[in-house]
Amino acid sequence: MNTWKEKAIKILLVGGASTSILVVFLIFLFLGKEALPFISEPGLGTLLESRWVPVSFQREIFGILPLITGSVVVTLFATVLLIPFGVLGAIYIAEIATPGERGFLKPFIEILAGIPSVVIGFFGLIILSPIIKTMFNLNTGLTALTGAVLLALMAIPTVISISEDAIRSVPKSYKEASLALGAGQLQTIFRIVVPAALPGIIAAIMLGMGRVIGETMAVLMVTGNAAKITFDPVDSVRTMTATIAAEMGEVAFGSKHYQALFWVGIVLLAVTFCLNVIAQKVLKKYQMR
Amino acid sequence: MVKTNKRKISVENLDFYYGETQALFDVSIQIPDKQVTALIGPSGCGKSTFLRMFNRMNDIIDGTRHTGRAKIDGIDIYKNDTNVVELRKKVGMVFQKSNPFPKSIYENVAYGPKIHGIKDSAKLDELVEKSLIGSALWDEVKDRLHKNALALSGGQQQRLCIARALAVEPQILLMDEPASALDPKSTARIEDLIGELRKDYTIVIVTHNMQQAARVSDKTAFFYEGRLVEFGGTQNVFTNPENQQTEDYVTGRFG
Repeated sequence: MNTWKEKAIKILLVGGASTSILVVFLIFLFLGKEALPFISEPGLGTLLESRWVPVSFQREIFGILPLITGSVVVTLFATVLLIPFGVLGAIYIAEIATPGERGFLKPFIEILAGIPSVVIGFFGLIILSPIIKTMFNLNTGLTALTGAVLLALMAIPTVISISEDAIRSVPKSYKEASLALGAGQLQTIFRIVVPAALPGIIAAIMLGMGRVIGETMAVLMVTGNAAKITFDPVDSVRTMTATIAAEMGEVAFGSKHYQALFWVGIVLLAVTFCLNVIAQKVLKKYQMR
Repeated sequence: MVKTNKRKISVENLDFYYGETQALFDVSIQIPDKQVTALIGPSGCGKSTFLRMFNRMNDIIDGTRHTGRAKIDGIDIYKNDTNVVELRKKVGMVFQKSNPFPKSIYENVAYGPKIHGIKDSAKLDELVEKSLIGSALWDEVKDRLHKNALALSGGQQQRLCIARALAVEPQILLMDEPASALDPKSTARIEDLIGELRKDYTIVIVTHNMQQAARVSDKTAFFYEGRLVEFGGTQNVFTNPENQQTEDYVTGRFG
């Protein structure tokens, strides 16, 4: 009776745990299946061309490099903004803020996390992009930087709340030991608390980057969607996500363009996968020390 | 052994409050230099709170306040112009639960000197070695100074914490039940170590264990419900106490 019950529970648990693995596996399979015919015709080399011209009367070009650089530029600048604001914000809230300040700051950060991305995109389009346009004296305010700022805004709450958890979970006894040795509050924070919380903070940044790379709506609205290879933050770019979102609805099922979009999806998946693997490696390395 | 009986710490009419709750009532005591003074008493009697007065660790708890005076070397440590950093350099502390930082053994010991501005690596090496020898841990760890401190056993971790406190070259060592989480063998080592350290340091130790107080201390202070009931030579307090409560406690009738 008992063993029968235990077996049933075990099967249930194994099933629950493996469902997510199965789903991931199926997604890979599905992406691969739809993208596969592209290898023989027109060939994978096409993907490495420097232009993305999926609809043309002469020759369709499916070079995804401009889309990759677009995503890279936006993600890079978003991360540059994310780290100081996210991590320093978390340190302030976890260690320095009075209970009153914390009670005031936390709900606001949570509200920021809950704003739909299309609303943030709207804000970027109407408020931020004119500011960036005049600030850098540009023809258009729809640039990689505009997207990066919005994405940082969207990802900062994630980074703050996960980093804050990591910082708060540092044992109080470490702090006491440091203070008892005559260390000041800031010395204790930066030499003891933050290093002890570093794996959690890095995981928070990686998760924030994951959110940034995968985010679609806001970047679709504000980055200008010009597919060109550039690393200039105040130039218009087009990200991988925005390309898929904008074009998938209108593409002919099974066409070359359709298959090329699946390749974009595969690259995107590979990038986020690598990011996760790196995050895990970093975590492990710090846990070993 | 010749003891000078020079007083190191003196406390006058100390009342201490956590918010509205009074934890210490009118405590006055003179703690002698380079001797071991044990603070004993049942849980919640205020002995740990009292210990934490001397390096101002109660400051980090919100809503605490006190009246009365606490002096070290005749200087009021709660005056407005007291340099808390200097005070804590002078008054080291070892906690109940060993709490090494998640760093290497070397970095744990070198942490204190480093935050006080010592950068010279030869000087740091010397301090680390001296402190680890002082806490009787050197022979066990000298070949793995750069390994993680958390890999040490509980007793070794506590001796590492003592070394860490010694590295800032304090004059006073506060010990808050330093052996209560250790096995008998490790406890014995810590007690031996206290016997060694008393030559150079003024030690104030909080302990639950009356045999331990009797073994390691020169003077014993018995606290009960926030009051200092009796203070005197350890021998006297244990064998010939003046106060009935003290006698009941040390003979195991309560507590």
